[in-house]
Amino acid sequence: MKKLIELFITFAKMGAVTFGGGYAMLPILQREIVENKKWGTDEELADYYAIGQCTPGVIAVNVATFIGRKVAGNIGGIFATVGIVFPSLIIITLLAGVIQIYSSLEWVKHAFAGIRVCVCILIFNAVIKLFSKAIIDKKTLGIYILVLAGSIMFNISPVIFVILAGLSGIVLKAVSK
Amino acid sequence: MIYMKLFWEFFQTGLFAVGGGMATLPFLYSISDRTGWFTHQQLADMIAISESTPGAIGVNMATYSGYITAGIPGAIISTLGLITPSVIVILIVAAFLYTFKDNKYVIGTFYGLRPASAAMITAAGIVVARVTFFGGNFTNPINIKALILAVMLLIFTHAINFTKKFHPVFWIFFSAVIGIVFKY
Repeated sequence: MKKLIELFITFAKMGAVTFGGGYAMLPILQREIVENKKWGTDEELADYYAIGQCTPGVIAVNVATFIGRKVAGNIGGIFATVGIVFPSLIIITLLAGVIQIYSSLEWVKHAFAGIRVCVCILIFNAVIKLFSKAIIDKKTLGIYILVLAGSIMFNISPVIFVILAGLSGIVLKAVSK
Repeated sequence: MIYMKLFWEFFQTGLFAVGGGMATLPFLYSISDRTGWFTHQQLADMIAISESTPGAIGVNMATYSGYITAGIPGAIISTLGLITPSVIVILIVAAFLYTFKDNKYVIGTFYGLRPASAAMITAAGIVVARVTFFGGNFTNPINIKALILAVMLLIFTHAINFTKKFHPVFWIFFSAVIGIVFKY
């Protein structure tokens, strides 16, 4: 039980101080998990990240589940995961409440109009980064164009695209061998 | 039962969004279109807040949209919905960790998934751009003030080495201040 509480508190602390999502968390995880708590090695952490990237869900959550499981079994995985999302729940709920109250003020509206421009650029930058890693040949470019056209033209759930793209990936890899 | 629906929508998002926080974006747009729980404009604001607060972006966005849809219980339920599939999948994968990465089906799946994920995020970006630069419709004239800020941000985040490394939170605050001062 002591171990579980320690897991929860350690991951809650990390959830509260890391800005910018999964990758920004890596240096802090290294310090806390590898150097301070000695719950794993640098290599293990790198493996968890690699797998966290190619499994569904949020990377930070995936890594937390991994480490928690390693330290204290399946229940440990759950405690670490709940720990890492706990600060988000508190902070976002408080903020969302405050913003709903003040969202009708003129200056708040102006601020968000400016912020939305920034959001476009942030998404654009995220796409550029992803694009260079994901579009590595003509076939992946083809998938990109088809899915982009499909999501603009049709109102289909992304789930369909994910399943179709995953299956075509398996087929294309098998054919090209 | 709004809570059941919330859980189910975010469970699907958690199960099918691959490649980090922004990958949940196309799912959130799809939820917005189908349910009307939140608007495209609210989504754009959510992204900004999720980027400028601690924690994983995908988790923050799920909490925020759950809160807007159904208050505090909504926030908790959509967050749980988002992380449940992750936890299940990871606990299973962890059991045979080292064969997973090198499995040819896993490699093939991600070969196809990554470009699809990039495409869906692009499409979500186009929707945000339509609201931001054209007031929701591409036939409207472009918003010049927004365009100027966008060009500035592009230059700062790509062309100038000193400002390139600044954290996204900095640019969000910067844009908020520009928005207030120049009445966007």
